[in-house]
Amino acid sequence: MEFFEEFPSLGRKTLSGMKQAVDETFKGFSRAYGEQLENFFDPLLRFLIWFEKLLEATPWPIILLVVGGLAWLGSRSWKITIGSVLAFVAIGILDMWEDTMATLAIISVATMLCIAIGIPLGILMSRSDRAQGIITPILDVMQTIPSFVYLIPVVMLLGIGKVPGLLAVCIYAIPPIVRLTNLGIRLVDKDVLEAADAFGTSPWQKLWGVQVPLALPNIFAGINQTIMMALSMVVIASMIGVKGLGVPVLRAISNQYLALGLMNGLAIVALAIIFDRVSQTYGKRLQAYRNGGK
Amino acid sequence: MSELKVQIKNLYKIFGKNPKKVLPQVKTGLGKPELLDQTGHVLGINNVSLDIPAKQIQVVMGLSGSGKSTLIRHINRLIEPTDGQILIDGEDVLTMSDRQLRDVRRKKTSMVFQKFGLLPHRKVMENVGYGLEVQGVKDDEIAQKAQHWIDRVGLTGYENHYPGQLSGGMQQRVGLARALATDAEILLMDEAFSALDPLIRYDMQSILLELQDELHKTIIFITHDLDEALRLGDKIAILRDGAMIQEGTAPQIVLTPADDYIADFTKDINRGKVIRLRAIAEAGTPYDGANIPAGTLLNDALQPLAQAPNQTLGVTEPDGRYLGTVSLTKVIGALAG
Ligand SMILES: Nc1ncnc2c1ncn2[C@@H]1O[C@H](COP(=O)(O)OP(=O)(O)OP(=O)(O)O)[C@@H](O)[C@H]1O
Ligand SMILES: [Mg+2]
Repeated sequence: MEFFEEFPSLGRKTLSGMKQAVDETFKGFSRAYGEQLENFFDPLLRFLIWFEKLLEATPWPIILLVVGGLAWLGSRSWKITIGSVLAFVAIGILDMWEDTMATLAIISVATMLCIAIGIPLGILMSRSDRAQGIITPILDVMQTIPSFVYLIPVVMLLGIGKVPGLLAVCIYAIPPIVRLTNLGIRLVDKDVLEAADAFGTSPWQKLWGVQVPLALPNIFAGINQTIMMALSMVVIASMIGVKGLGVPVLRAISNQYLALGLMNGLAIVALAIIFDRVSQTYGKRLQAYRNGGK
Repeated sequence: MSELKVQIKNLYKIFGKNPKKVLPQVKTGLGKPELLDQTGHVLGINNVSLDIPAKQIQVVMGLSGSGKSTLIRHINRLIEPTDGQILIDGEDVLTMSDRQLRDVRRKKTSMVFQKFGLLPHRKVMENVGYGLEVQGVKDDEIAQKAQHWIDRVGLTGYENHYPGQLSGGMQQRVGLARALATDAEILLMDEAFSALDPLIRYDMQSILLELQDELHKTIIFITHDLDEALRLGDKIAILRDGAMIQEGTAPQIVLTPADDYIADFTKDINRGKVIRLRAIAEAGTPYDGANIPAGTLLNDALQPLAQAPNQTLGVTEPDGRYLGTVSLTKVIGALAG
């Protein structure tokens, strides 16, 4: 009867041996290639630092102007533009300006990285069922595995710092853009594609002249979600050395500073809302032709 | 009939898992329903051969599912056949490389679709210029040609609208202009006017006939509507279950339907608007009275015949050739079918 009461697991010895073997192999790998990896990511690191410095060094009125300008260009809505500027003013008054700039920097760079990798991946998936079959489960894992779990190998490989933080954010945030690029291209109307074929369109012309433009609304939805997910990683990323609004939140947790945590948390929410509204209205304007508007 | 523009030779298309394997059965006479029952394959095209002369309108007619769309898509190889040959200007389309095939699609053929197939994210102007853009033509030349065809189909002023802002009839004018803009000699039209309501449809047919008078394209026009077929077609081919069951001119099909299926199609047609005197003139009997042109429609011949002595007239071709006589009784007989 004893057999049924407790699951017949492997012995503690075998298990710890196995775990140790995995750890050792990985440590060996990271000793051997860690430096090369760091060198590989060096340009990224420099770009990130440069961008962060740029945002921090720019006088605040100019940043406000740029924020307002981008919001206007994206949304063409006074409400959203004024709201965005006011949110930044509030952030400044409440003395969160520097952390916000740092967060903006990492979110922007992470988003660019996700777009640069995610859109080509999505295109690849849309063109090959095999690629889709291979990549989809990987994306599933990336989205569901608790982020703390993949922080471990990332930190083992690259230590603590901006680059591992950036990678962690990207791993978490890239799936939506890949998925929605793929989906968007696959959903393009077959009749339209057939018409393009009938006029002798080459595969390249078809991709950039028909498929991607018609998939843009979906691609934009993907970018939007990617930004949102990147923002939601801000606190976790700050655990491995990323500056920004996440740091005070962590401090607030360990010291039970309710007001501090709330303020910085709300600043993250404000950023999220601004990004979301601007990119969504921009996406809607992109597909104006669908409802017959201009 | 003059030079042949498109030749379809013993074309077969079978949809399913292993078309090549069931092809021999089809070749030995297995029909569409039996093929589906026994093997799960769908017979799309069953041994169709068709010679399409240059500068004429060849209509292909048949009920839904008879294989019309499948057939027309073979001509520019949007569909690969299971067996057979397609020649355009004597060149085999099926042995062409991707590049050669693209060239044919760019320069020799163009297509108009039942569901329009317009690019929704491009304005009318950019849609009409699409074929030229794909060819790499210079921008100002595209703009000029696109404008010309937009004007020709009566869409002046709508250059900067999106397709979604236009009515169905206007959208299909865009489709027609887009197809004409590349100057391709062969125009493939798959139920191009079927989605339009009757009046607009009649208008579009008129536009097409008017343009054809001047452009002399080789047009392959698919329809399931006999009135449309008779109005447009210099030649008509009829498909059923993927096989071609009759081919001929409009009067041939109305006067001598090959089987009940076609007779059924033609029974409600107004024959007086289709059949010309040429088809019913009684050869032989010399006649010294007045003559009437052989191209006169039966309807239009009633009045002159009623007033003629003996209610009989001689029939002559435009070149002066004498065909024989017609009498009012004969015409009435032909009208009654
Ligand atoms: N991709 C496909 N796979 C399987 N069967 C197909 C495919 N395309 C067409 N068929 C079948 O081939 C036959 C002919 O279809 P097709 O679309 O050519 O008919 P059609 O004459 O154009 O009809 P409609 O008037 O409805 O457009 C039909 O039985 C259809 O089900
Ligand atoms: Mg069809």
